Amino acid sequence: MPIFIPSSLTEATQLLSKNPDAHLLTGGTDMMVEVNFNHRHPDTVIALRNIPEFQRWNIDTASGLVHIGSSVPYATMEHGDLAKALPALAEAARTVGSPQIRAAGSIGGNLGTCSPAGDSLPVLAALDAVVHLQSESSRRSVSFAEFMVGPKRNSRLPNEIITGVSIPITNGWQGYAKVGVRNAMVISVASVCLAIHDNKVRVALGSLGPTIIRCTESENWINSIGLANIDHSLAKEFADHVRAESRPIDDHRSTAEYRRHAVGVLAARLLLRGVQK
Amino acid sequence: MTITKTQRDILGSSALRPDGISKVQGDFAFSSDLHAENMLWGATLRSPHPYARIVSIDVSGAWKIAGVECVITAEDVPGQLTYGLISEDQPVFARDVVRYMGEPVAAVAADHPETCRRALAAIQVVYEVLTPLTNPEHAIDASHEPIHPDGNIIRRQRIMHGDPTATAPIVVEGTYDIGMQDQAFLGTESALAIPDHDGAGVEVFVATQWLHEDRKQMAKCLGMPEEKVRLVLGGVGGAFGAREDISLQVHTALLAMRTSRPVKMQYGREESFFGHVHRHPAQIWMRHHANTDGRIVKIEARFVFDGGAYSSTSSAVLINGVTHTQGPYQCPNAVVDGYAVRTNNPPCGAMRGFGVVQACFAHEGQMDKLAAATGIDEVEIRLRNIIHTGDTMITGQVLESVAPLERCIRETAAMPLPAEMGSHPHELDLPGGSGRTADRRNIVRGIGWGVSMKNLMYSEGFDDYSTARCTLTNGSVELKFATSEVGQGFVTLAPQIARSVLGVDNVTYDTIDTQIGSAGSTSASRQTWMSGGAVDGACRMVRERLFEHVGAVHNIDPLRLAIDDTDIIDTVGTLRISVQEASANFSVSETYEYHHRKTEDLDENGQGNCHVAFAFVAHRAVVDVDVELGLVKVVQIATAQDVGRVLNPMSVTGQIEGGIAQGLGLAVMEEIIVTNGIVRNPSFTDYLLPTALDAPQVVISMIEVPDPQAPMGAKGVGEAPCISVTPAIVAAIRNATGKSIDRCPVRPQDICF
Amino acid sequence: MSELEHYSLTVNGVERQVSDAWIGESLLYVLRERLGLPGSKGACEQGECGSCTVFVDNAAVCSCLVMAATAVGTQIATVEGLNDDGSLTDVQEAFITEGAVQCGFCTPGLVMAVHHLLDHNDSPNEQEIKEALSGNICRCTGYGRIFAAVDTVISVRKGVSS
Repeated sequence: MPIFIPSSLTEATQLLSKNPDAHLLTGGTDMMVEVNFNHRHPDTVIALRNIPEFQRWNIDTASGLVHIGSSVPYATMEHGDLAKALPALAEAARTVGSPQIRAAGSIGGNLGTCSPAGDSLPVLAALDAVVHLQSESSRRSVSFAEFMVGPKRNSRLPNEIITGVSIPITNGWQGYAKVGVRNAMVISVASVCLAIHDNKVRVALGSLGPTIIRCTESENWINSIGLANIDHSLAKEFADHVRAESRPIDDHRSTAEYRRHAVGVLAARLLLRGVQK
Repeated sequence: MTITKTQRDILGSSALRPDGISKVQGDFAFSSDLHAENMLWGATLRSPHPYARIVSIDVSGAWKIAGVECVITAEDVPGQLTYGLISEDQPVFARDVVRYMGEPVAAVAADHPETCRRALAAIQVVYEVLTPLTNPEHAIDASHEPIHPDGNIIRRQRIMHGDPTATAPIVVEGTYDIGMQDQAFLGTESALAIPDHDGAGVEVFVATQWLHEDRKQMAKCLGMPEEKVRLVLGGVGGAFGAREDISLQVHTALLAMRTSRPVKMQYGREESFFGHVHRHPAQIWMRHHANTDGRIVKIEARFVFDGGAYSSTSSAVLINGVTHTQGPYQCPNAVVDGYAVRTNNPPCGAMRGFGVVQACFAHEGQMDKLAAATGIDEVEIRLRNIIHTGDTMITGQVLESVAPLERCIRETAAMPLPAEMGSHPHELDLPGGSGRTADRRNIVRGIGWGVSMKNLMYSEGFDDYSTARCTLTNGSVELKFATSEVGQGFVTLAPQIARSVLGVDNVTYDTIDTQIGSAGSTSASRQTWMSGGAVDGACRMVRERLFEHVGAVHNIDPLRLAIDDTDIIDTVGTLRISVQEASANFSVSETYEYHHRKTEDLDENGQGNCHVAFAFVAHRAVVDVDVELGLVKVVQIATAQDVGRVLNPMSVTGQIEGGIAQGLGLAVMEEIIVTNGIVRNPSFTDYLLPTALDAPQVVISMIEVPDPQAPMGAKGVGEAPCISVTPAIVAAIRNATGKSIDRCPVRPQDICF
Repeated sequence: MSELEHYSLTVNGVERQVSDAWIGESLLYVLRERLGLPGSKGACEQGECGSCTVFVDNAAVCSCLVMAATAVGTQIATVEGLNDDGSLTDVQEAFITEGAVQCGFCTPGLVMAVHHLLDHNDSPNEQEIKEALSGNICRCTGYGRIFAAVDTVISVRKGVSS
């Protein structure tokens, strides 16, 4: 039986142990492209769409965490309480593909694929999200920074399933911006998530290197100056700091030079939005 | 719900599409929807290299896969090994050498598409990779060996007109680059071939622009007489030029003949990018000499069209380009040199606008430079130079078409501009859209102009006639034609013509196939004129027979009879009888072949009456630009188009809005990126098409000055909308940013650096 | 090919058997090639054009990206199921009368997307309409007549309800 649709996490991890070569499938919006384009020929698939806890999300104000199950689609993040708690994630979710993709694609899939252009990933990086993984015999949680190790490479072990993420709620402004050469439905050429927590800025970049880049040097620089002092000229300097931390490449979607330029512009604009200047 | 009609669907009405109901319900049979009992799937193996010698092909691995029924290569082509629209230079399958990435090498037929894919993977082809010729200038300067027995220059054409030494005080020049655009029809190439039981013939259902030309080329390659190859138009999901060349026709038919089973082939999107020709990328240099009052004295130009590996329609595209050097402007003196060359890049051929898109991008850039150099307003400089009926063009041909260009420009200029952007615009109305990249303060607005003229029908002596048959029986009409309906709406128009000419309401059309004479291609803005002319002619012949019949019955000279609404009336007497009644128990059928006036080849100096007719259009673009990020939102396109006569307002509106979207795509996002002959973005993820959020407001004026040369007075409307809109948008970006941008599509880095 | 699958899907309220299917088959392929429902169209195979839009458990998704064998137990609705009796829905009618159909290849997907939009929001503004349809590429119309069709449906529905 090459297709499995487990209805519990336990069942899913057991199936994965028995079928270590199985492809894990959530929304299908990444994997089916590879199948349709003849890049993958799956023989065994474990579809994770019927696992109840994967479809749940909750906002735990006591712990200050938002939990999002692996199969929660982007469409759910775009509106309502989840969007209020995580505005940057809502803005990022809105830029994922088309409405049809957002109805199927999920954060678990974005993490599983782990593309540097994955739209939700800069948000997870900037917000210090934790990724939860479970195998038949054990469970662990790793920071996003430890999770993503390269382009389309992550630290998930072959017997592990991504169950969801926990995202700390910040007490300041947060936002996301993404450049693509079309007004909708476009792969990121450069993206930035900027969040403010306890008056400290955090910045993460998408499509600007082999992994999502957390700009710790730029953060330290701007945080040493203090949010209250930020003006347009400092924002421009901040842009240069962020550029210096980016590691863009040339490809068919854009040039390294443009990406480096654009990410600075986005970072500066988000910073100014964050401090309302 | 049911649709109720309040008026007759005659010429001038917005008659609804007869295929509309089936299309909205998903019942309409596109070629990819067709099935046959016992059908196999076909698939094509393509070269991964832009230029390589084929050392060996071993297909044995494919044969070993269960479900594989047929594997074919160049060795299995029974007839002519090559095909082509103008020059037969393209192999059905590459035999010794591959000349572009994606060139077919083999094909298989199997029980399932996945079996086909695995069979293709099992074919072993050993290539000796060669250094590709990818720079068109190297084709011209002969610094690369010929990559094809026909050489690297497909065609060169000069134009020498007037005094080549003429000059004038104002001189502006520029070099313009136009990227490789894809037609990107939504319905990818597909065909179903069904072999005859006796094995002597084949019936092929295919989505194409020109059934008879396909048949001609297929029959040669299959080594069969044309009458043994019957083509039926499968439902066509858009065309825009990409279905003018053969793609999978021969392969599908050959697999069906070999297996004696029906075979269906259908390209995926990635394969589609390799399976059809694209719009030629071009580099155009122009130097305009003008007086201080802005009047053009001389134009010098050099065109280089990169035709890719095979010639397709490159030579005709070149001619369209060089002969439209002057654009819709008077030009007494010209020195033009143009090349269409062969490279190891993807083959290029027909796309909506056909060579004129490239020329227009350059001449409109020049007009803005001329405006800047003379200090004359962009609209005024164009008005001062516009061409009129009776003017001689740089080919020596006298412009005979109606040319209401001044009205096109003035009416466009008079259209209201969009409202200024408010202080808190919706994020989706800003450049960058849902990416939320811009704030209000980052945005600058710009306005730009583009004006163009476009030849209609085929040129240079080609008799692209069209055939139609009209059969009147008991008050109902059935039409027959081979005109490819690709979405443009000829199936709506043809019955409108019959209703108007014959006073009938019940009009149907027969299957579109090769069981009647050719209709020519659905391209070059020609079907309303050509096939419309054929249907009109056939209906008029039937009307004459009907009048003769009525005249005989009522003892009236048929010349006194006329159609009034749905009645036949005696124009000098009292007889009034409905067409329905008059044609009871009466049946007549007439076939008409419509030919446009003859044209000539250009001579070596580019002189000759090479074009049939012209249409004109003006575009004004308003854009918002995020200068720092280089992102653009096209806010509004205003356009006034010379249409001759509006035969179906809703259809014309659809053609105009659709053409504008394609021109917008070329202006700001659409480009096939090719590096060293390798296509980098053969998918809809990376080849970006305008979405609903990229669509501008479009304001339209249709300029109706019926052209006496055109049947029904109507000019073709298909291509004009997509030609000058591209330079108008790019001009608006220049206006907003102050940057000199001489390429399209405009990329963010072209704006912000 | 590997082991073949047998499963059943509920399409337009009817349980349909799928036999001897390769597991890599998309829902689009199964609908079109196995279940005789070619109304959903394939134009990109990667969720970038919307021509294959269907509803799975009331969500509008690209059927080319749904692995068919994993859609067991869901309610699938296609363009063929919009109106059982063969008559036109208001959206379909407006597409015809407003000229939103040219080649028609994108049309079934767009009809589904418009139904989905208007079933969840009876008075969307211009931006909401454009965003909701931004996943459905139309190459012929430039979208102008499609927006006109949506506007027509909105006014007709308001007229009917008021």
